[in-house]
Amino acid sequence: MEVCNCIEPQWPADELLMKYQYISDFFIAIAYFSIPLELIYFVKKSAVFPYRWVLVQFGAFIVLCGATHLINLWTFTTHSRTVALVMTTAKGLTAAVSCATALMLVHIIPDLLSVKTRELFLKNKAAELDREMGLIRTQEETGRHVRMLTHEIRSTLDRHTILKTTLVELGRTLALEECALWMPTRTGLELQLSYTLRQQHPVEYTVPIQLPVINQVFGTSRAVKISPNSPVARLRPVTGKYMLGEVVAVRVPLLHLSNFQINNWPELSTKRYALMVLMLPSDSARQWHVHELELVEVVADQVAVALSHAAILEESMRARDLLMEQNVALDLARREAETAIRARNDFLAVMNHEMRTPMHAIIALSSLLQETELTPEQRLMVETILKSSNLLATLMNDVLDLSRLEDGSLQLELGTFNLHTLFREILSLIKPIAVVKKLPITLNLAPDLPEFVVGDEKRLMQIILNIVGNAVKFSKQGSISVAALVTKSDTRAADFFVVPTGSHFYLRVKVKDSGAGINPQDIPKLFTKFAQTQSLATRSSGGSGLGLAISKRFVNLMEGNIWIESDGLGKGCTAIFDVKLGISEGSNESKQSGIPKVPAIPRHANFSGLKVLVMDENGVSRMVTKGLLVHLGCEVTTVSSNEECLRVVSQEHKVVFMDVCMPGVENYQIAIRIHEKFTKQRHQRPLLVALTGNTDKSTKEKCMSFGLDGVLLKPVSLDNMRDVLSDLLERRVLYEGM
Amino acid sequence: MDTLIAQLQRQFRDYTISLYQQGFLDDQFTELKKLQDECSPDFVAEVVTLFFEDCEKLISNMARALDQTGNVDFKLVGSTVHQLKGSSSSVGAKKVKGLCVTLKDCCDSQNFEGCVRCLQQVDIEYKTLRAKLQDLFNLEQQIVQAGGRIPQVDI
Repeated sequence: MEVCNCIEPQWPADELLMKYQYISDFFIAIAYFSIPLELIYFVKKSAVFPYRWVLVQFGAFIVLCGATHLINLWTFTTHSRTVALVMTTAKGLTAAVSCATALMLVHIIPDLLSVKTRELFLKNKAAELDREMGLIRTQEETGRHVRMLTHEIRSTLDRHTILKTTLVELGRTLALEECALWMPTRTGLELQLSYTLRQQHPVEYTVPIQLPVINQVFGTSRAVKISPNSPVARLRPVTGKYMLGEVVAVRVPLLHLSNFQINNWPELSTKRYALMVLMLPSDSARQWHVHELELVEVVADQVAVALSHAAILEESMRARDLLMEQNVALDLARREAETAIRARNDFLAVMNHEMRTPMHAIIALSSLLQETELTPEQRLMVETILKSSNLLATLMNDVLDLSRLEDGSLQLELGTFNLHTLFREILSLIKPIAVVKKLPITLNLAPDLPEFVVGDEKRLMQIILNIVGNAVKFSKQGSISVAALVTKSDTRAADFFVVPTGSHFYLRVKVKDSGAGINPQDIPKLFTKFAQTQSLATRSSGGSGLGLAISKRFVNLMEGNIWIESDGLGKGCTAIFDVKLGISEGSNESKQSGIPKVPAIPRHANFSGLKVLVMDENGVSRMVTKGLLVHLGCEVTTVSSNEECLRVVSQEHKVVFMDVCMPGVENYQIAIRIHEKFTKQRHQRPLLVALTGNTDKSTKEKCMSFGLDGVLLKPVSLDNMRDVLSDLLERRVLYEGM
Repeated sequence: MDTLIAQLQRQFRDYTISLYQQGFLDDQFTELKKLQDECSPDFVAEVVTLFFEDCEKLISNMARALDQTGNVDFKLVGSTVHQLKGSSSSVGAKKVKGLCVTLKDCCDSQNFEGCVRCLQQVDIEYKTLRAKLQDLFNLEQQIVQAGGRIPQVDI
């Protein structure tokens, strides 16, 4: 028998048990081999598995286990030593790998577990975010609703529309069952149900304003949940079994301001609020959410603003209607006044004429009668008649004048006159009376008083005569002095500011008398119509009392001022007035007095001595132009060529007339050269005027471009030349002389 | 019975009016009369005398220029007639001025025949005017000598 190096299994081969073991091992091996395959397959499919090398390890472990079991198959029967060796090796390896795997799993399994927890955490977070997003979405929708509501509310200025729209929109947005608005009554003690959503005709339902629930709501600007059983919420008869939905109430301030500052609502002392009540549908188990409450508050604010705007609009419409009515009434009144004035004027005009005609007849015939042979008695009678009728005529004139002055239809007749002569005339008119009353009159004219002035001579004389006449009338003894001067700006009346402008000045006339004087209290009354101081002495001197009133009106028309100063009764008084007069340039417009002119003095003082230069190649027209200018009083030098002109022209010449008739541009060059000459010498250059025969625009433009100051069309008439010269000297440029 | 002065004055007035009506004189002549005053009592006479002298000179210049047959300097003629036009408008010689305008046109179009014809007319015209104005001045002298005043004629 050979020695068998085989290994004998421990137990004898039991046939059936052996078979089962055999099969199990076989299947275990297969399973063990297939697990890594599956693992590999699935891991390859998924990309995320982070522990690949673990897998390899695990795979190795499994494979080896499988191998072990597989090799076990051969050990059930007698097997050779090689198999046993292989088996041992396999087992050993398997042991090593499995220990390593076990050790590694200690590290890995906590990680794997934490992955799980993280996953759970993230899931929770996602759920939370979902919730929040839902909330934001709701808020955004709320915001949209608010905007839409606001838009609806603010798109109208009609109070009722605003409120109705609010309720409708709120009802729609929040799906309310009922929405109501309670407005305070006029007395402010009750709240009246004014608007509701569902009920078409709300009953006139009031609740007293002092209810605790109402006070609670009015006390805060937030929306407040109130009980559905409170009087403001019980709008419909309670139907018993239904569970009423929650009710919220909010206050709506009724303001009358249109300027609001957010977060800075002005605190008014008398606050009037309306109450808005909102009810959720009953049996819906709906609750008021925070965002819905916020919506309600915002809407309430907007409604407040809209209501105040509506209120303001109503007020302004009312005011406008009122103004229109007043306007119409005023218009009517004005027209009536105008009619009255017209009627009065017509009346006056007619009466004036009617009264004057007989008056004239009386005066004329009485004067004639005076000339005839009369007995002393008769003479006296006629004189009285004449005196009375003169007075009456004066009175009529005064009344007519005054009425015309009052409605502003009087206009000053301006003209040039000699002021000095005027005063002397007045004096000579008054002197006879003054002499009779033994009152010496002195006239004092200031040395700087202009001689020739522009103004209404007749009216000025009337004023001065009136004042001087009064002075004479009311003085029994003493003397009268008349002073005329040019006044500066510090006048007595504070609201009257005198500014002497260029061609105007203010004449001041002071008439001082030493007569009865005036009580300072009476001074304001002096200028009123028909009023006279009551002293007996003055009564006898006659007069209608209109004189000063008329004078004042005339003075005012002349943009002046008149006043009277007096130191008291018996101390005389001074009448002073300022009037605005124009200064006349010269005496050439004065009316021709009878004094014959001294020959050889040029008639037009304007241009006397004005040095001019005339340049014209044509002898005849040169002579004519020279004659023209000499006639106007100028000193004329003539030249007949450009060169001569340039040589002769000097700073003494104020104007140079040059003929530019000849075709060509050379004529204009002279203008440039004159400019140059005078710029170099730095003197004021003379004015340059072109005389030309053609009037077209190109000539004018050419002249302007060459620096000429004016163009004249030949032949020039005398008047034309005169006007042109004065215009030119005044304005230093002339382009209208065509 | 009219006095001599009144007669003369009436004659003067009629004659003056006729001169205006026949187109010999225009408003410029009136203007000239305005310039005559105590300082320059013979202003008008001096001006018209100068004018007629000018006329003579300028016309003879133009005639000489036109005589250069084949080589007429139209520009010279044109500028001369321009001067004459200026002078005549300064004194108010209406007909003369009108003729100057025509002559100028002929010059510009270099119409020799036209120029010659026009110049002849101008010559005739100014001489006529000279004669008439001389008559007028004579009348004035007569009035002044007779002790009367020269009437103001408003046209």
